[in-house]
Amino acid sequence: MSERNDDRRKFLAAAAAGAGFVAIAPGIRLVEIAAAKPDSEPVTAKVRWGMLIDTTRCQSGCTECISACNKENHLGETTRPRTDAQWIRKIDLKELKTGRVLSLPMMCQHCANPPCVDVCPTGASFKRADGIVLVDRHICIGCRYCMMACPYKARSFVHEPHTDQNPEVPRGQGCVEGCTLCVHRVDRGGTPACVEACAAAGHNAMLFGDLNDPESAIAKRVREVKTTQVRADLKLDLGVRYEGI
Amino acid sequence: MASASYVETQSRPAAFWGLLAAGGLFMLAAFAAFLHFEHSGHAVTGMDNQIVWGIPHVFAVFLIVAASGVLNVASIGSVFGKPIYKARAPLSGLLALAMMAGGLAVLAADLGRPDRLIVAMTHFNFKSIFALNMMFYSGFFAIVAAYLVTMMDRSLNGYSKIVGFLAFFWRLALTTATGSIFGFLIARTAYGSALMAPMFIIYSFAYGLAAFLIVQGSMYAWNGLTLDARILARMKNLLAVFVGAALYFTAVMHLTSLYFAKQTDYERFLLLDGGTYTAAFWLGQVVVGGILPLALIFAPGATQTRVIAASVLVVLGGLAQMFVTIVGGQAFPLEIFPGYAVSSTFQDGIVNSYSPVLGEFALGFGGIALAFLITVVAVRVLRFLPQDDFAALKAED
Repeated sequence: MSERNDDRRKFLAAAAAGAGFVAIAPGIRLVEIAAAKPDSEPVTAKVRWGMLIDTTRCQSGCTECISACNKENHLGETTRPRTDAQWIRKIDLKELKTGRVLSLPMMCQHCANPPCVDVCPTGASFKRADGIVLVDRHICIGCRYCMMACPYKARSFVHEPHTDQNPEVPRGQGCVEGCTLCVHRVDRGGTPACVEACAAAGHNAMLFGDLNDPESAIAKRVREVKTTQVRADLKLDLGVRYEGI
Repeated sequence: MASASYVETQSRPAAFWGLLAAGGLFMLAAFAAFLHFEHSGHAVTGMDNQIVWGIPHVFAVFLIVAASGVLNVASIGSVFGKPIYKARAPLSGLLALAMMAGGLAVLAADLGRPDRLIVAMTHFNFKSIFALNMMFYSGFFAIVAAYLVTMMDRSLNGYSKIVGFLAFFWRLALTTATGSIFGFLIARTAYGSALMAPMFIIYSFAYGLAAFLIVQGSMYAWNGLTLDARILARMKNLLAVFVGAALYFTAVMHLTSLYFAKQTDYERFLLLDGGTYTAAFWLGQVVVGGILPLALIFAPGATQTRVIAASVLVVLGGLAQMFVTIVGGQAFPLEIFPGYAVSSTFQDGIVNSYSPVLGEFALGFGGIALAFLITVVAVRVLRFLPQDDFAALKAED
């Protein structure tokens, strides 16, 4: 009697597992197709997140992207420009030979070969498989060697005690930090706060997307027009590109 | 056998405690500065997001470089078999350990998260020259300590030559790695040169020997002894060779840099328009650290006092050199857009200013004080006073 019951239980268990697989399988397929990734899935190198900045659309004096970044990441307004963190900043340029002027936002360029990752003694500076360069706040010892190594001055050191954290963007005194490409939003399928703000202000100077996906808007654009990697001579293979420099 | 009868150090307990108290005061000041910086954050220092390494690094890197250089005295004795240097090998090993400890203490105290020192010792990114340096520093302690034991324990004397060899190669590798901390920074105009590594080795020879001569001179004066004129003559001439070589490397470094069009702006800044940095280079590094010591050494009738004065100048010049290399290199604007004039809220395109606070100097002098205290205590409890075999020295003449 009990033997028969066991058989029946095994059959039911197998049937349930089979039904479960059938139910979940399409979901697995869907996850592969969609760029957004659930927390349970590892980051893959199939994606290379990147940004294209059209300097012809970027307005001198406009700081929408900076305000959005400060708000999103709880950086606060800059009151002490020498020591406050600036993950994104506006640079005004004037070409010395021609006098041509332009304005552009500068932030971590998310290099494929990041010097900050090379020099970091503990491995706190790291690059995710999808190209986003981050700092692990748990093992950063605050030596600041990455700041010496970064060709773009993209990193800031937290010089003071810090309160009012965004739980999704941990920060702490004594660690080095920089643009995360709003990784917490990107992992949910969103776009970085600066890109959103630029679009909301009607400038549309910043385009975010997957450089590896030939159908993405950014991949199409970099295929069509000449774009520039800043300090391309260093051969760092940047995730952020500029148009109109 | 002359070497068997040791010259004992003189007791003078009151003066000894006085020295400890003086060193302790500096340590206390450094500790106060450390607590202040860690509590309030680096915002209370003169350092910022542009000048990320300041005065503490100047002292720390100087002490580390000099620590590897001071070991040369022992190497000349053990590796190259020169008796007058062999007699000085234990003191040289002790100073190497003491100065390395002082330098590393300052480096650690200036970290953003010194509480995570254990992380630095357990997480290694093997591609990082900085991580490699940490391994070299730890190894340096172990090897030099073993070297000291083989020299001071007679039953182990037989091993001292082989351990001495190891220490010699280790220290060369260590200074190469320290110089490469700057040599591997591709982005900044002031650095990113393969010359950095050999230049740092030459600097270490000069700074280390200068530090050694200061300590040796003080120990002889303390005990009312006079250094043999022949020994003094040899050591001062060696210092002159090192100081001359350091000047030579500095000249070659800047001449090659001037040759590359993209670096002429930086050279103009450093050699002509850089204000404090230009002054620190010409007056500090070249005149005080190079020309004046050479003049003192080569002027006829060199005395012990004059050689010590020359050594002090070499040390001061060394600190000036570190200031020029470390802070000057960061003060010059990072060129992100060549061919463009740039401006931003993040000090792009301007020469970065730096006003160190007193606490930063306290931290730096704390490193020297730590090295000083280790030396004073060790010299008192163990036989580190050079024991010269004058009979052998005479026979050699």
